[in-house]
Amino acid sequence: MDFMQILQLVIPAAIFSAAPLIFTALGGVFSERSGVVNIGLEGLMLMGAFTGALFTILGEQWGMGAASPWFSLIVAIIIGMLFSLLHAVASISFKADQVVSGVALNFLAAGLAIFLVKKIFDAGQTPIIQERIYKTDVPFLSDIPFIGPLFFSSAYYTSYIAIALAFVVWWILFKTPFGLRLRSVGEHPMAADTMGINVTKMRYVAVMLSGGFAGLGGAVYATSIAGNFSHATISGQGFMALAAMIFGKWHPLGAMGAALFFGLAQSLSITGQQIPGLKEIPEVYLLISPYVLTILALAGLVGRADAPKAIGQPYEKGKR
Amino acid sequence: MKLLKGKWSAITVPVLSVALGLLVGGMIMLVSGYNPIVAYAALFNGIFSNSYVLGETVRQMTPLILSGLAVAFAFRTGLFNIGVEGQLLVGWLASVYVGLQFEGLSPLVHIPLAILAAGVAGAMWAFVPGFLKAKYHVHEVITTIMMNYVALHVVNAIIRTYLLAPGERTDQINQSASLQSSFLQTVTDFSRLHYGFVVAIIGAIIMWFLLWKTTTGYELRSVGFNKYASEYAGINVQRNIILSMVISGAFAGAAGAMEGLGTYGYMTVMADFTGVGFDGIAVALLGANSAFGVVLASALFGGLKIGALNMQSVAQVPTQLVEIVIAMIIFFVASSYLIHWISNRVNKRGKI
Repeated sequence: MDFMQILQLVIPAAIFSAAPLIFTALGGVFSERSGVVNIGLEGLMLMGAFTGALFTILGEQWGMGAASPWFSLIVAIIIGMLFSLLHAVASISFKADQVVSGVALNFLAAGLAIFLVKKIFDAGQTPIIQERIYKTDVPFLSDIPFIGPLFFSSAYYTSYIAIALAFVVWWILFKTPFGLRLRSVGEHPMAADTMGINVTKMRYVAVMLSGGFAGLGGAVYATSIAGNFSHATISGQGFMALAAMIFGKWHPLGAMGAALFFGLAQSLSITGQQIPGLKEIPEVYLLISPYVLTILALAGLVGRADAPKAIGQPYEKGKR
Repeated sequence: MKLLKGKWSAITVPVLSVALGLLVGGMIMLVSGYNPIVAYAALFNGIFSNSYVLGETVRQMTPLILSGLAVAFAFRTGLFNIGVEGQLLVGWLASVYVGLQFEGLSPLVHIPLAILAAGVAGAMWAFVPGFLKAKYHVHEVITTIMMNYVALHVVNAIIRTYLLAPGERTDQINQSASLQSSFLQTVTDFSRLHYGFVVAIIGAIIMWFLLWKTTTGYELRSVGFNKYASEYAGINVQRNIILSMVISGAFAGAAGAMEGLGTYGYMTVMADFTGVGFDGIAVALLGANSAFGVVLASALFGGLKIGALNMQSVAQVPTQLVEIVIAMIIFFVASSYLIHWISNRVNKRGKI
């Protein structure tokens, strides 16, 4: 097996498994940049995956055909936003511990999604969806020698949307007044409040954006990778997205890079058996690498990762 | 309204939260077309109606108490140990390993040795986040989550490489390390009840004694109240942060030993987490981080989980309803600001 074949095996797989992580990590960037810890990404992703599978099946029944998964993605964004409101209300308005509230959100999502699956389908998982998001060759670009087969052949459109969105989020956060306000609320809410920024409103918007993105990430996972929804569909991808966000230093492009890298590690742990040289490395090292790297990054051993200043603290007007 | 103030709030907030959680659960059942009264009656019967379900409830409580103690202990020092799940897994593995290794030991030596090994393994796993927090100010929430996944994959790899028996699991541990008891099983109509609940109660007493009757406990709590004041008073904050995580991890490891030596007697290759560690967070929150509260909260959550099985077979309500109720209870406990806010409002106006 020559080098080109190895790359052709590994890179598309990496981009493929990274897409849901990128969406969710971008959501995490919004929330945490505004000063709200979002451990609930896992639960939001889970609700997104459930919604994605459910509404793809409904879309099929309603005669939407190949548009069904795309329809389900939109519904998943809305459901994600609504579901994240719980986290927002508890941690922003009621000043609950943000970590506790996120943990509760994860519990609730896991319970509610399976409860509804059992109620609706009378089974432990949804049926396999018929209309999945399939691989396609991007016209023209896939004909470019070398780059074409690696990056633009048999890939999912959702992967490109994820990468494009990372740049959009970067532009929003760092080049628009809205982004400046959002970040200022996460760094020094009192100063932001003094300047007339509505801290509560900004944080609500940020948490709901994170819900929408994580819901999208979960739905993309269900409609492209998993093909259905069961209790095991989302098991840790949300936490891995959280890790990607931190490893990417709370920066949209960093988060995207980290998600791609974690996707690579994941795809290597699956495809590694076919690649000479990698066969000898036990799978476990690849599986734990995203988590170990994140810990090392936080300890300052792989570049310093500093969280937004006001993260985790509820804001109370007039309190010093 | 006096009930919402001062020392009473430690009791009223959890009780009110449980009531509200069950209420939300009832509303969800109504909306989805189940009869909440039939369901809750079945749930109640599923906890108390016979010796079998009582035995199962106590068995379910056992690891919950220890994982709840683990979370609560760290909370007292102002640390949030979400890593109980991972510490529990390494503890489970360590206890099974010791249970497999030694033969011909007296149970009086073998069982404590296996539990000790589990505690040490959990403590070592928790040392990493504790050390990083103390030394590099890395937030323990993130590191403990990451350590959970590292534990899951590493434990699986160790079982697959060194301890594999047919059926994706380890061999059964030697009888001398087992907490299982044919006597307890017989009196409870062959439930899986084992002597682990004695260990869990001892654990609760140890936590209470350590926190409230020793200098170390005083220092740990002091760091939890105010790091800077403690440092000013000459308490070594870094040492206490690490110590708190290590002790918390030891409780978590012991929770794993309850599964390894008691309920199962072996360990399987895990596809996912047990959930016991995460439930420990709910238990500690509802139990207001006190040893006694943790035991009570474990009884409630353990009971709900066992009762849910009967609820499903009698009223056809999926067991996941109980998870929803538990999640809502955490939300309400965590949002106790709301309850205090309402009570303050009412008091200021001089009404009620």
